[in-house]
Amino acid sequence: MANKVKHHREPLVRIVKRDSMPVAKAILIRAIAIALSLVVCAVVIYAITKMNPLKVYATMFEGAFGSKRRIWMLVRDTMMMLCIGVALAPAFKMRFWNIGAEGQVLMGGIATAACMIYLGDVLPTPVLFAVMVITSCVCGAVWGMIPAIFKSRFNTNETLFTLMMNYVAIQITAYCVSIWENPYGSNTVGIINPQTKAGWFPALFGEQYMINVFIVAALTIAMFFYLRSSKHGYEISVVGESENTARYAGINVSKVFVRTMIISGAVAGLAGFIAVSGVSHTISTDTAGGRGFTAIIVAWLAKFNTFTMVLISVLIIFLEKGAIEIASKFQLSEYASKIITGIILFFILGSEFFINYKLIIGKKGAK
Amino acid sequence: METKTAIRLSHVTKTFGPVVANNDVSLEIRHGEILSLLGENGSGKTTLMNMLSGIYYPDSGTIYVNDEEVTISSPKDAFDCGIGMIHQHFKLVDVFSAAENVILGIDEKCSSKEAEERITDICRKYGFDIDPKQKVYEMSVSQKQTLEIIKVLYRGANILILDEPTAVLTPQETDKLFDIIKNMRDDGKSVIIITHKLHEVLRISDRVSILRRGEYVGTVETKDATALSLTEMMVGKKVELNIDRPEPVDPKLRLEIRNLTVKNSEGFNVLDNVNFDIYSGEILGIAGISGCGQKELLESIAGLQMTAPGSSVMYTAPDADEPVQLLGKNPRQIKNMGISLSFVPEDRLGMGLVGSMGMTDNMMLKSYNEGRSFFTEKKAPKELAERIMQELEVITPGVNTPVRRLSGGNVQKVLVGREIAAGPKVLMTAYAVRGLDINTSYTIYRLLNEQKKAGVAVVYVGEDLDVLMELCDKILVLCGGKLNGIVDAKTSTKEEVGLLMTHLRTEQEEK
Repeated sequence: MANKVKHHREPLVRIVKRDSMPVAKAILIRAIAIALSLVVCAVVIYAITKMNPLKVYATMFEGAFGSKRRIWMLVRDTMMMLCIGVALAPAFKMRFWNIGAEGQVLMGGIATAACMIYLGDVLPTPVLFAVMVITSCVCGAVWGMIPAIFKSRFNTNETLFTLMMNYVAIQITAYCVSIWENPYGSNTVGIINPQTKAGWFPALFGEQYMINVFIVAALTIAMFFYLRSSKHGYEISVVGESENTARYAGINVSKVFVRTMIISGAVAGLAGFIAVSGVSHTISTDTAGGRGFTAIIVAWLAKFNTFTMVLISVLIIFLEKGAIEIASKFQLSEYASKIITGIILFFILGSEFFINYKLIIGKKGAK
Repeated sequence: METKTAIRLSHVTKTFGPVVANNDVSLEIRHGEILSLLGENGSGKTTLMNMLSGIYYPDSGTIYVNDEEVTISSPKDAFDCGIGMIHQHFKLVDVFSAAENVILGIDEKCSSKEAEERITDICRKYGFDIDPKQKVYEMSVSQKQTLEIIKVLYRGANILILDEPTAVLTPQETDKLFDIIKNMRDDGKSVIIITHKLHEVLRISDRVSILRRGEYVGTVETKDATALSLTEMMVGKKVELNIDRPEPVDPKLRLEIRNLTVKNSEGFNVLDNVNFDIYSGEILGIAGISGCGQKELLESIAGLQMTAPGSSVMYTAPDADEPVQLLGKNPRQIKNMGISLSFVPEDRLGMGLVGSMGMTDNMMLKSYNEGRSFFTEKKAPKELAERIMQELEVITPGVNTPVRRLSGGNVQKVLVGREIAAGPKVLMTAYAVRGLDINTSYTIYRLLNEQKKAGVAVVYVGEDLDVLMELCDKILVLCGGKLNGIVDAKTSTKEEVGLLMTHLRTEQEEK
């Protein structure tokens, strides 16, 4: 019988879990991953377009950093992404799968737009802004709170619930757009208060998007310490790790669910406020534009550290801007540039595998 | 063809990251013998056997079956070599019948009738008692284990490896299993038993091989060995094997449990009308086959379990006359009433501790909420963590290393250390020494005895009857959620407790 197995080969590659890795080495692995992804992209670019990949990369860089205006566009969009990422951090740290940032952002945006339309010329500016901030936070918070209440009461699945809440928010937005339509028949809201600029973020230090930066920076810092050093943050960590441990510690798990989702939703609502009041000055079903989903990648890649999120947001927006630039400059289909973004993200995510595991090839490689 | 050895391992090494699970182990198993593989937890017994059964693949070293070099890289290879392993956690499909489970995964065509006949043959040959048509979910733990053994015999295994087979069995069931194992040996099969229970090793095996920290220490003939000599080989130094049992001093009623009933989600009574008292200065042991309501009992008292109406747990503080009701309150409410109740749950990393946090953060699990500040206070927890690390000799790179990375014994020291540091009046422990090495186990017994002497009411839910008999003052036996008797540990026998664990007394017997 044993003869049958004599000819089995030893396995070619074995996967072994690493214990831990020095930070420098982890950074090196990530750097190698990015370098490799650029090489693979170069091959793909050449294969599809027969263009010089270096030129394409230069164009990408140009698209993101080419001029002062472009840099500010990059900053503006990075701040949006970061803000939503910060909003998602507490929810995901609690292992509450909040796929509903899209809807929470939209609800905050609707509230802001409503304030601008109905109160823009009525209230003095500081009061108007206070009302906008509060209503957008409340609307986002309510949108985040509903799935949390259902989860803690009836143990509903929050992934599906938050996802479905997105569609409700999109329909509400569509309805509002039809009411606020301007000009009539255009099926868009158009720029709100184009003359008075009521409810628009004022320029600070001569820069239109400076206030966005300050608000998001404040949120980023505050969330970092909220998660790391506050009692609430501690509860979030415990609940995220194990609900049983949380109950054992006397933590009211339902309360933590609801409270954390109120905070998560409120910050997402605030992101909607920035999107409408600080960026587009209009509202449409595209106001969130899928960033509620992309921000999930931001939150997870940063392992809920809001400072790391800054870097990742910059990277993702840079790729986005670069892709658009090469698409327009080389008359590529936008999908071609999305392939490049996809390849780069794939390598970055894949590098996490090599940080957690190592491969041993053949038997002798064991030493 | 008769060969000298059934299996020979030569210089086998296996590492997991920086952890060396087996280092240069050479070992042989003869035909027709029972070999015990003895070692403390974490000494690499299971890893070594998993390499024989094709679950792991050695980093280096060679395996010979019947003196021929083989490569075992999957469980199928292992079966081809005639090696079958019975794991500690059964791998059976609940909704299948015994026969269906046996033929599951076998390629050859075979009607269920033929299979049933062959199973019946195997049962007759070795003295198993099992109905091939019975569904697995209707089986007791010992029947499931029997089925696992039949499964590997059916596949023609000549070498059987049993991983901690008696851990889940009562003394009576253990006797039955040992008879079967002896039958198999007499039939010429080789049996390897992984265990850390010394008296069982001495009773059943022909030879004993000992591992310590992944290294092979040696093999002795069982007839030349004693419990003490084996322990010394296992631990590497002289140890005292007696557990202290100081006389209880001035026991006072602390907890009165009345009509305690807990229903599970199907409405079945997992605890059925349980009545007993817990006294200060005593260790009350709770024995029972696993899943007989031990978990629910402790969790009810700790405020983690919904109880049926009519249940009552009254707590009398040392300085109070009036008892207070504990049921209907959550752990924080109990704590806020000024009652210091410590609980070392069975699931250490899933309930007692947060695996991803370090010792410091785990120290504040129950106290983080104290004080008015919005932020957590980390100085006191850090000092406590350092103190526990020193006093209990916790081996960890630092107080901020995630406790998940620590070994089982160190995890338990962290948990027990924290619970004792809270200065409890009642200390409940569930399987406090499960998976711990001898030294750590004795540290835990010592800590419990210290608490007992300090007047704490200690509850010790255990599975090792020998320890229960030596450590506890009284032993309460649960059987199928019912209280089946409370015996005095000093005067009772293991057999008596074993019988109470398996046979529910009827009303008449009680009279």
